[in-house]
Amino acid sequence: MKAAPLTYHRAKSIAHAMELTAKYDGTAKLMAGGQSLLPMMNLRMALAEHVIDVSGIAALRECRPVNGKYFIGAGVTHAMIEDGRLEDTTRGYLRHVAGGIAYRSVRNRGTIGGSLAHADPAADWPTALLALDARALIEGPDGEREVPLAQFQRGLMETALNPGEVLKGVLVPRLSSGARWAYQKFTRKVGEFAHSIAAVVIDPKLGLANVVVGAIGGKPLRLSMDDTRWPGELGAAVERGSYEHQLHQTMVRRAIAACASS
Amino acid sequence: MRIELKVNGESVAAEIEDRMTLGDFLRERLHLTGTHLACEHGVCGACTVLVDEEPVRACITLAAALEGRQVRTIEGFEDDRAMQVIRECFSEAHGLQCGYCTPGMVITVRDLIQRGRCADAAQIRAELAGNLCRCTGYAGIVKATELARDRLK
Repeated sequence: MKAAPLTYHRAKSIAHAMELTAKYDGTAKLMAGGQSLLPMMNLRMALAEHVIDVSGIAALRECRPVNGKYFIGAGVTHAMIEDGRLEDTTRGYLRHVAGGIAYRSVRNRGTIGGSLAHADPAADWPTALLALDARALIEGPDGEREVPLAQFQRGLMETALNPGEVLKGVLVPRLSSGARWAYQKFTRKVGEFAHSIAAVVIDPKLGLANVVVGAIGGKPLRLSMDDTRWPGELGAAVERGSYEHQLHQTMVRRAIAACASS
Repeated sequence: MRIELKVNGESVAAEIEDRMTLGDFLRERLHLTGTHLACEHGVCGACTVLVDEEPVRACITLAAALEGRQVRTIEGFEDDRAMQVIRECFSEAHGLQCGYCTPGMVITVRDLIQRGRCADAAQIRAELAGNLCRCTGYAGIVKATELARDRLK
């Protein structure tokens, strides 16, 4: 199928994108690579009268160290991260995650910011970046604001972005040499959306000890690292004994074990 | 809206509907029907073309988004040695039957070989997971890719 008729706008700058989203409030969608949005529009599962293309904004591809952390522009593609075309301050974690997203031809256009703003609970970045305690940087009419990822995604394809705001990028930590991570994804076919994701990041120096499950409910779920607590927390989120419950439980166990032996 | 871009080395200017995908633009406007559209939602890989020499899916890329960019379709590889070798290997190793997936398949294989992502059959299968073939059962495609990789060393 083809997307329904739409009006295409090419945003020249972040300010221009903000102006356009405010102008077409409620009828517009920002599009970066369009690798999630366009399939949904082709299937008529998503509608947008106005599409605001932000893929040509060079400022959205900027990356730089910021106060001991690292800023990744929202327009950076999965392939750029996979290939190591920017610094990976997470000891290989981001490159690993990026390389496992969909297929190379999708990774060449899909972006880290697009994935976060699209907020599909089965996508990789919402889960992977939450496990890093990353922060979203948002530019809006009232200036810039920083939102912890735990508060960025509100539910199924719903985020903290207000009309007129643009996701500029994401701040990720610089993991120390003692850090360990594991990222386990279950798919029945390479490259499809995950049925379950479990991400574990431990960095005692930064006080990080995160377990996050993705492809569950409306948004990724944080669990305690404690073996006596997380099974109960998981059981409260999905029906105990169901296929989903068993699958998520297995992925969390595998990720924690993989992290311990990494 | 009006767009200008390069397709197979030639400058193209056209008036298009805003919602037009790159795949429809190539086939319906430029009559470059070697780019095959099947699923039209980014799953099958049949419509894979190069944009600025990187593989992308023409069915989930808006033509409007490619202003000033360079597109290369299956018709644009006549002087490309790697593609010539890959085509020979696909023919020899029975890497195709009906040919519907083949343009996208060989463009993807060329990219895998260039990036060194075809060390063994398992890696080739994983990397080609985004290109569906309903005829061959993939064995011939994997063999053809290994053959082409070795000949292009």
